[in-house]
Amino acid sequence: MIESIENVLVGNGLIFGFAIVGAIMVIAYALSKYATRGLVHGSSIAILLGLVLAYIGGRLTGGENGLSDVSLFAGISLLGGGMMRDFAIVATAFGADFREIKRAGVTGVLALVLGILLSFTIGVVFALMFGYTDAVSLTTIGAGATTYIVGPVTGAAIGASSEVIAISIAAGLVKAILTMALTPFLGKYIGLDNPRSAMVFGGLLGTTSGVAGGLAALNPKLVPYGAVTATFYTGLGCLLGPSVLYMMMRLIFGG
Amino acid sequence: MVIYGVAILAVCMIVGMLLGEWLGIAIGVEANVGGVGIAMLILIIVIDRLKISNRLSEPTQMGLGFWNAMYIPIVVAMAANQNVVAALDGGPLAIVTGIAVVVISFLAVPFVSRIGKGKSESIDEGGRPL
Repeated sequence: MIESIENVLVGNGLIFGFAIVGAIMVIAYALSKYATRGLVHGSSIAILLGLVLAYIGGRLTGGENGLSDVSLFAGISLLGGGMMRDFAIVATAFGADFREIKRAGVTGVLALVLGILLSFTIGVVFALMFGYTDAVSLTTIGAGATTYIVGPVTGAAIGASSEVIAISIAAGLVKAILTMALTPFLGKYIGLDNPRSAMVFGGLLGTTSGVAGGLAALNPKLVPYGAVTATFYTGLGCLLGPSVLYMMMRLIFGG
Repeated sequence: MVIYGVAILAVCMIVGMLLGEWLGIAIGVEANVGGVGIAMLILIIVIDRLKISNRLSEPTQMGLGFWNAMYIPIVVAMAANQNVVAALDGGPLAIVTGIAVVVISFLAVPFVSRIGKGKSESIDEGGRPL
């Protein structure tokens, strides 16, 4: 009996994933309506619930993929995996206005470059404060402060230790998760109410999952504008990290 | 037909991803450079053209609209897949760096938004609800 339930749920993982997320949404919107009187948007609560479940899943299994490491819930990794995420992000462009993107295009590109330099510098400063002095470790941790993909890509390219690479991934993860969680609450204070500032936001923060998740909870109409710049960030970071930024760090710190 | 909308979406994504891969190879990076962003731009242009020539039927739009609406549930699933444990176990350096980066980047948003913003459009943007 129990075995047959498990077989059906695991065998139809993606479909069970739809049901789980539907249930999370119902709970989140009920909490939004009754516990916060509509003050906190349902989708931000849903994302927070998702993160809490990911934490529980990670603690229970010791795995790297949150809730989906619990074999019963493996299907949620199909629904929330990179392919579906990118497909849905592309679909948000259906509601975007090309004129807006063109109009803020230059500012968006500027934000992209500034964002990478800003995050990288902050990462390097904190790495210095924690006692790292070699160019390789500083560059890798700085790169991790941009996104959790740029960190390990850069670290692997310039030969960083696995401990430093782990820190760089963790810093990028903290960034993605905080962006997801804080944007709905702080967005209005930084003027996130129009396509231009959303594109700047995407360029400065750069974490695709963080930006897209945070904007979705703040105002779904802003998602395409934030995503269109954010999706260039990781690629550009992987380009600059092991090359220009590493060279700069070697010039400053030697090695 | 609904599948036309979904197929337009799929073709745009694949073309964009492919261009992103090639762009990565061209500049010597082991990553897809802006594939999703390129796909979005292609989709926006394709839809614009189809609308002008009046070939974007109601069912086709439903195919696009469905995936557009599935965005938030997929983001929730994505959140549930994050390695939250590793983020918290990454130690104080990872956590303070992550916090500082997010806070400072947030604070920079209003300043960078002001760059290159013309007078006429600020009235336009301020007055139009999203």
